[in-house]
Amino acid sequence: MSTADTAACFHCGLPCADGRSWFALVDGQQRSVCCPGCQAVAGAIAQGGLSSYYQSRTRYAARAKQPAAQTDLRIYDRPEVQAGFVRALGAQLRETTLILEGITCAACVWLNERHLAGVPGVLEAQINYATRRARVRWDDSVIRLSAILAKIEAIGYRAWPATSAHTEQVRRRETRAALWRLFVAGFAMMQVMMYALPAYLADAGSMNEDIELMMRLASLLLSVPVVFYSAAPFFQGAWRDLCQRQAGMDVPVALGIGVAFVASLVATFTGGAQVYFDSITMFVFFLLCARWLEMRARQKAAADLEYLDKALPLAAHRLRDRGRGMETEEVPALALEAGDLVMVRAGEAFPGDGILVEGDTQCDESALTGESHPVHKRSGEKIMAGSFNRLSPVIVRLTQVGESTCVSGVRRLAERASAQRPEIAQLAERVANRFVAGVLLFAAATALLWLWLDPTRALLVAVTVLVVSCPCALSLAVPSVMTLAVGRLSRCGAVVVGAHAIEALTRVTHVVFDKTGTLTQGRFGLVATLPQAGVQPDRALALAAALERDSEHPIAMAFSAAFAAPFTAAASGSGAIMIRDLRNVPGSGIEGRIDECRYRLGSLPFVAEIAGARPAPERQSAGLQSHELDHTGATRVWLGCEGRWLACFDLADQLRPQARDIVRRLQAGGKRVLIWSGDATPAVANVARQLGVDDWEAGMLPQDKQARMLALQHAGAVVAMVGDGVNDAPVLAQAQLSIVMGSGALLSQAHADIVLLSGRLHGLLDAIQIAARAHIIMRQNLLWAAVYNFAALCAAAAGLVTPWMAGIGMGASSLFVVVNALRISVEGRGKGKSVDDSLSPGPSSLVPRP
Amino acid sequence: MEILYLLIPLSLVLVFVIGWVFWWSLGSGQFDDLEGPAHRILQDDDQPSV
Repeated sequence: MSTADTAACFHCGLPCADGRSWFALVDGQQRSVCCPGCQAVAGAIAQGGLSSYYQSRTRYAARAKQPAAQTDLRIYDRPEVQAGFVRALGAQLRETTLILEGITCAACVWLNERHLAGVPGVLEAQINYATRRARVRWDDSVIRLSAILAKIEAIGYRAWPATSAHTEQVRRRETRAALWRLFVAGFAMMQVMMYALPAYLADAGSMNEDIELMMRLASLLLSVPVVFYSAAPFFQGAWRDLCQRQAGMDVPVALGIGVAFVASLVATFTGGAQVYFDSITMFVFFLLCARWLEMRARQKAAADLEYLDKALPLAAHRLRDRGRGMETEEVPALALEAGDLVMVRAGEAFPGDGILVEGDTQCDESALTGESHPVHKRSGEKIMAGSFNRLSPVIVRLTQVGESTCVSGVRRLAERASAQRPEIAQLAERVANRFVAGVLLFAAATALLWLWLDPTRALLVAVTVLVVSCPCALSLAVPSVMTLAVGRLSRCGAVVVGAHAIEALTRVTHVVFDKTGTLTQGRFGLVATLPQAGVQPDRALALAAALERDSEHPIAMAFSAAFAAPFTAAASGSGAIMIRDLRNVPGSGIEGRIDECRYRLGSLPFVAEIAGARPAPERQSAGLQSHELDHTGATRVWLGCEGRWLACFDLADQLRPQARDIVRRLQAGGKRVLIWSGDATPAVANVARQLGVDDWEAGMLPQDKQARMLALQHAGAVVAMVGDGVNDAPVLAQAQLSIVMGSGALLSQAHADIVLLSGRLHGLLDAIQIAARAHIIMRQNLLWAAVYNFAALCAAAAGLVTPWMAGIGMGASSLFVVVNALRISVEGRGKGKSVDDSLSPGPSSLVPRP
Repeated sequence: MEILYLLIPLSLVLVFVIGWVFWWSLGSGQFDDLEGPAHRILQDDDQPSV
């Protein structure tokens, strides 16, 4: 066995802090793993004959969590819960879409598919690598859904049903229909061009009339599906516009297609001079190309966001308080009523607002309030729906459920705020309407003029005007740039949701940060280790990390993060620390036995019980640094063993590593950076000082923020708000541009314009840069298209342009626009590289091949 | 020139055949995931699954 195997867990790559206590048999070799969870997962993978996963993966798997209790999953078997996401295909045949968590590389897809395919009763399991969704079909008489979910958990992944199975279906149907429309138009375009070419090249009279007619008929036959099927969305759109007495972009498009088609049809059968089938098909194809690209980008963004959709629980454990033993029953969250008693276990979310009746726990309300520290709750205190229970099981009497909860109230407020946001969208619509109306009038006027000048050419010229002015380049100018910019942004971790986001990004003058969770990490990090005399800091940290290894408490996470970053297999001497009799004392700390000596990690009195009197005072608050930290609400944790104090640790919510750089670069870019926080003054002041931000305000309520925002906006500022909590939702909606961190709450994401995934603030800088370039290219495109359209319109009205020339000109101008737009993804590549590299998975082969 | 009387209808037939093939491939979900299969082909399925 190589030394690398002993240092890092074979499955997840984290250091094996407990030495060689757990092994898994993979490929005939004993591999050391870090915990029973990874042991079970690696064992399950090997037993399934799937161990080649370990050779082909390019990233370590996530550390296996303790599997959720069976009861948690069995709730998904209940028909009333399943109604939302399972489709019955036959008497026993069921199908659903699952969202998979933990897919890190292509090998994971293979592993899951193979594993599920081997499960009796599962008929089909297909995983879409792009969207991380699995479509599973099973026989309900052989296996239940909960068993399938448990099977997925057995190999270390988490799956939960995509509650929007219906929208999924609709989306897939739409994508297929769009692709089919595009294909029909594209293929017909190529073929019709073949038939049209001889007519362009042949000298007058050199072509046999029969053959010409035949080519026209063939073109007609191929154009019919293009006009009546591929172009149907344009006709529908135009009809809708006309019903509403508007003239949208679809109207001249539909009119152009319609008139050109009818004129060609007539020409085909009456032996007219000119048919325009090639122009029609090419035109439709180009337009559909743009629409398809746009739709794809939008669907991908939507799917990325839905991935985070798990804030409120689907089901709850209701307690029936009749009888002695308080039986629990699992019910769908929808069936809960005010007054019900529910039991909420550690790690679960509260299904409704309520009052804590029994138990004592810590709640993570960061989704609602943005408050990063867990809040201690005793019986009699209020609980909010959507917050997480972190510590121990509690019983809650619900007071508000469903739409009347606090969460829903905030969401409604946000919806109202986001409804009053007309601005540019309407302006663009009005301009387009006028342009279109102008074109229609111009075409009619031209036709009339030519009727008077030369009646035989009137129709031809009018059609040419319509074809030429069909704002093809104009309509591609913006969407093509948008599509590529959105795609490029999402590769940088910034998902664009609002259509006006890119435009707004270029005009931003003020950037407002909400402190918690945007500039800070929103979780504990180790800021200082203060060892007692004669104790190695590393040793103290190793002991603390070993004690906290299996705890999910936020403080424990700080230690494991400080101690062991994944992929640094060269872990320090902690490999040999063996802990026995591990005991968690809620509210105080943790205790364990190492080499016959009891160790405690936790609060001062808790450790003092075994370590004796308080430690030497000069060590207790040594150094300026710790003084500073006391103001920021740093939490102090002590470590000691029997009869001896070892160290104390300061833990605090730390700045994100990139925060300082971001603020500096934003300021260098001429933007004003502000911090508005609901936190207490000292903490905010500290963060602002560290970042060099003068303009900050603490203790603000959402209403205050909104009022300040309005004042700024009245003064002419364009404000971008970077936030993460639901309490920010009304403020986010008020801002011209709202940006939300991906780790934040779901509800505020629902109307964010940009979502920064994976909590990377650098995405913001990338976004501003890309938006600026997109804006320039968009303007170039619009200018080009306008100049082309104007020149072509004049030439066409003067009768200098034949329809085929118009078609080619239109194609060339569209091509110019699209190629110009492509510069966004090409040019930006060198720039974005350094950032991308830091995200890349690392060496491609992590595992020594056997 | 006369050959065109055969070639043009033939090309039309071809167009519809190819169109049908694409329709079929679309319907069987071959365009739903454009990334996954490229990775999937690299995985060996040699070992029997238990």
